[in-house]
Amino acid sequence: MEKETVIELRGITKRFGANIVANKNVSIDVKKGEILSILGENGCGKTTLMNMLAGIYYPDEGTILIRGEEVNIRSPKDAFNYNIGMIHQHFKLIDVFTAAQNIVIGTDDNGKYDIKSAKDRIREMSEKYGFHIDLDKKVYEMSVSEKQTVEIVKALYRGADVLILDEPTAVLTPQEIDRLFDVLRAMRKNGKSVIIITHKLNEVMEISDRVTVLRKGEHIKTVNTSETNEKELADMMVGQKVTLNIDRPMPENPELRLEVEGISLMGSEGHLILDNVSFSAYGGEILGIAGIAGTGQRELLESIAGLHHLQSGSVTYYNPKKDKPITFFHKTFKRVMELAQSGMLRYADGTDFTGKDEKGKPLSKKTICNQVEAGEVFFKEDEVINLREKTPLQIRELGVRFSFVPEDRLGMGLVGDMDITDNMMLRSYRRGKSVFVDRKTPEDLANEIIDSLQVVTPGVHTPVRRLSGGNIQKVLVGREIAAGPRVLMAAYPVRGLDINSSYTIYNLLTSQKKNGVAVIFVGEDLDVLLSLCDRIMVLAGGKVMGTVDARKAKKEEIGLMMMGTALKDKEKQEGESL
Amino acid sequence: MEKQQTKQEQIKKEPWLRIVKRDALPVKKVILIYAIAIVASLLVSSIICSLFSSKNPLAFFTSLFTGAFGSSRRIWLLLQDTALLLGVAVALVPAFKMKFWNLGGNGQILVGCLAAIFCMFYLGGKIPDALLIPIMTVASIIAGAVWGVLPAIFKAYFGTNESLFTLMLNYIAAGLVAMFITIWVKSGSGILEPLKYGNFPKLFGSKYLLTVLVFLTLAVLMYVYLKYTKHGYEISVVGDSPNTAKYIGIDVKRVIIRTMIISGALSGIVGLFLAGGIHHTISTASANNMGFTAIMATWLASFNPLVMIGTCFFIIFISRGMVEVRGNFGFTNDSIANIVIGLVYFCVIACSFFITYRVVFRKSGAKRKKTDKAKGVD
Amino acid sequence: MTIFFVSAISIATVLLYGCIGEIITEKAGHLNLGIPGIMCMGTAGGCLGVSLYMGALSSPENASLILLFLISLLFSTVFAAALGGIYALLTVTLRCNQNITGLAITIFGGGATNFIMSFVDRTNFDPAGKLISSSLPFADKLGGFGKVVFGHGIYVYLAIAVAVVCSLVLNKTRVGLHLRAVGESPATADAAGINVVLYKYMAIIIGSGIAGIGGFYYIMDYIKGSWENAATIEAFGWLAIALVIFVLWKPNVAILGAFLFGACYIVAFVIPNITSTQREIIKMLPYVITIVVLVITSIRNKRENQPPASLGLNYFREER
Repeated sequence: MEKETVIELRGITKRFGANIVANKNVSIDVKKGEILSILGENGCGKTTLMNMLAGIYYPDEGTILIRGEEVNIRSPKDAFNYNIGMIHQHFKLIDVFTAAQNIVIGTDDNGKYDIKSAKDRIREMSEKYGFHIDLDKKVYEMSVSEKQTVEIVKALYRGADVLILDEPTAVLTPQEIDRLFDVLRAMRKNGKSVIIITHKLNEVMEISDRVTVLRKGEHIKTVNTSETNEKELADMMVGQKVTLNIDRPMPENPELRLEVEGISLMGSEGHLILDNVSFSAYGGEILGIAGIAGTGQRELLESIAGLHHLQSGSVTYYNPKKDKPITFFHKTFKRVMELAQSGMLRYADGTDFTGKDEKGKPLSKKTICNQVEAGEVFFKEDEVINLREKTPLQIRELGVRFSFVPEDRLGMGLVGDMDITDNMMLRSYRRGKSVFVDRKTPEDLANEIIDSLQVVTPGVHTPVRRLSGGNIQKVLVGREIAAGPRVLMAAYPVRGLDINSSYTIYNLLTSQKKNGVAVIFVGEDLDVLLSLCDRIMVLAGGKVMGTVDARKAKKEEIGLMMMGTALKDKEKQEGESL
Repeated sequence: MEKQQTKQEQIKKEPWLRIVKRDALPVKKVILIYAIAIVASLLVSSIICSLFSSKNPLAFFTSLFTGAFGSSRRIWLLLQDTALLLGVAVALVPAFKMKFWNLGGNGQILVGCLAAIFCMFYLGGKIPDALLIPIMTVASIIAGAVWGVLPAIFKAYFGTNESLFTLMLNYIAAGLVAMFITIWVKSGSGILEPLKYGNFPKLFGSKYLLTVLVFLTLAVLMYVYLKYTKHGYEISVVGDSPNTAKYIGIDVKRVIIRTMIISGALSGIVGLFLAGGIHHTISTASANNMGFTAIMATWLASFNPLVMIGTCFFIIFISRGMVEVRGNFGFTNDSIANIVIGLVYFCVIACSFFITYRVVFRKSGAKRKKTDKAKGVD
Repeated sequence: MTIFFVSAISIATVLLYGCIGEIITEKAGHLNLGIPGIMCMGTAGGCLGVSLYMGALSSPENASLILLFLISLLFSTVFAAALGGIYALLTVTLRCNQNITGLAITIFGGGATNFIMSFVDRTNFDPAGKLISSSLPFADKLGGFGKVVFGHGIYVYLAIAVAVVCSLVLNKTRVGLHLRAVGESPATADAAGINVVLYKYMAIIIGSGIAGIGGFYYIMDYIKGSWENAATIEAFGWLAIALVIFVLWKPNVAILGAFLFGACYIVAFVIPNITSTQREIIKMLPYVITIVVLVITSIRNKRENQPPASLGLNYFREER
């Protein structure tokens, strides 16, 4: 029997700015009493599409029909009036309110305010759908799963017949997921329609009646879950492999540069963001990190850069210093003395350098400085530096040459209100003993970057906030590369950039690789990862699913791993042995 | 037919005006907006004043100028008051640039002044002025710095709200002054007679010049400090983007504490000049609310110490000019000055809206299409 | 001892009005540093109302307490609310910096009050003040206790009533729930369909009106109609802002907090045999206590005791 259609989207198109098309001519329908999954990679327009139903965005083209009638949804309130409720990934709850207060807020229940009878109604509803909820608990005391329950109840309390959940299982434990699915099934039984946005194939198979697959803003296909399988869905989701025209030389004698072992990081919500992550990065290769957004990539890079307090594990940096004289360029006098005392240094003839003469009398600071500057002091072995529990400044003072292009360009990598020159100085302003900052060198650097990377800007004194996304990124990447890194970490460096700017960034990363830098590249477009990187490590839920050889790996294989299917042991070893 | 109706409904549903953020305006336009606001507010003020006194509104402007520039003494007073306000503004500006809401200027000035008077009271006459004045200076600077750093420590380590903390410190400072006056003035009159010792020397025969020169110099130095030193650079980064500061390894706590020591110390110097250079005595009102007025001056100058010279001059010009307006227009108390200043502030504050936002009125369908196209070309 | 309690309650009343007004404003997410100026403005309005009413009478003896009360209440709240309206226009609609706007309001309010007061005919303020501060008729018969509990003017009881009502509205009604939501997270409130702008305007204007009564009460009841300048009332305004922190944004606690502050303020004048120096030290206590409370709450970081989460931040819907 054909079920009644509740919502119909016809030819929906949504653009952001002139060039970005988030949704292109998408038509789907939602039936009464069904669970529909919307499946797709990051940036395929799933959330944007649903936001148009929830009144956050307004479509540029196309129409929305609710029970056969054409409607305008201009605000979240309109959406509620059409009985549509959406639970966003970032919950919209007020921390200091109780669950019950959060649920009734904004409703008017015929003018009476009677929290008692409201609570009774909520309890009744909870029993019907099987919620476990403590109505007098404050939101800030709740776990993520409890908050999510409050959001769902809030939507139902407002009479939602259609419930949209954006990545509802991303932060839940398996038990919590089971409980959520029970609730969703109970809702389906009661004639409600549920749309869940997800990228976990097993969940799609388990819960939904039909699956709609989106790719790059377009509707690929809607199929009945019973008539498909995970493999077919993954293929539809990632599409055909497109080989990009990126120059990829083989790595030349890669050297171990960075070793991460078993690091775990606890999030503020009390769940593990990184769960026992281990990997190695080699100089002269690009290591790609693939994964669904928010599965720990950003925190992984930030942890290495010294911005988080780790629960466990170690981060070790191998400084390729064997047989090279030490310099004061990256080492302070204090650090040189530390190294000397721990027996790491030698003279050119092989005798130990301990900062003392033959009789054991300490050498004067001047003598030591002269010897170092003359290039007479060498490392015995590659310097091994433990980076756990070090601040970014300490890491730099240890002479570790890290560069980091963070995901949040204006909020972290750059200062939006400062001009290009001042942003160049962020890394280097401490240089020298003078109390004054040197603006000459950074300005030259700024000009150099503007010329070499073709940054479009009125001048070096334009605040970076006023530049376009691609140009902002060129400034940031340019600065990080100019610091002469040994390890270059880049998180989504091409997000939001046009094709030409993206290629500029790819070429920069490749040229760094050729210079022997260990490049770690976090990306979302699998085609790019497969064409640019040498190895690809896949993360899912904060865990390493496996590492593959980017030259041999299949796109579907990575797609499956991103959905949480770990690589089989044999293949795993193959990928890691390089 | 139906479709048309829904279209019309759509247009109806769009509010008749909308507020959108705009791109940065060119400096010329910003200045123009401020100028219009100031002129408009003064025009309104002149009309209000003439309404209550049957004088010609034009007389308002002439009185304003004669009040400020009418005699050489008036000009000197104008310059001295500008310099003092500038001193406070210079003290506050590093804090505000760091987005640290230091509302405690009054208190920091008062404790600086109190420390200087303390030295003058107990050491005056016992040691030569040449020794006393340096001691006073050190005492004022330390007192101001302590008053500034207290809220900074709690802000840095516990995130304690600094605007409320500094506000309370103002009253504690005033309380301390009242307390010391009860100790020093045995008669119980509560008024400390001007002290003879520790008074600053005249410079080229003028008792005003030293104050003017010192604070002008400090303004220039502060400009250099904020713009050209590593400290100043760190202050900007912490103020504009604390996350970036963390990312590049700036110790945010240290910057907050260090900056507030400087801010408090400079306020202390203003207190020193009130004690040694101008009043030679102290009362709970010695700070003359400059801690608040200077916030206006720094904010209007968008935290640029050189521009602050102009904004401080403007504020003092109005308030000194209003003394004359009040006399000429026959108002019995000085409140009219505050009304006019308040009006000017309102208009100038409202300018920030027109600089940051743009009001978009609802357009008819055809017009909208046109502008949408134009936007596409952008 | 009776005098001490009576005076402490009087000062507490001034602070309570200011404090309740500021709590309502802050609950909407607006830190209104204009409260001192707004309290002054309420004084000016109320005094103007009293002088108009007394001037219209043939003899001051004919004055009726009810009419005098209603007229002064109307005038003081309307004047204060008008200045609050300017603050609301600047900070809510024009989204100007709240601290800066508040300071300007205080400067303007103080000036305007002095200005208005110089036109107000104060000849009949003495009888008016006596009438307004007249205690309940049976108070004297009950001795010291009666004097402390029933020996105040009508405005004292109004203040307590306002605080209780405010507490009930904030905690027990939908309007209160929505107002708190607006102050905690305007974006969430907006998404839930609450008219954020309307709530902010109403909170600021009503809060300002209530605060305005405090200044008027001080002049007419506590010092019985004498007038020097606005500075004293401004000082009470700042103390009221401190009180808001001290009572952790809770109107019912504010009744006790105001009494404690009032007692600290007044104890210095009524304790016999202390030096004027000790008196000044005691007068500093409310501010020291406030700082201690501020620091302790920030260290303990208990969520209920924090300021409204969006306090001081202006809301612009398109910045999601």
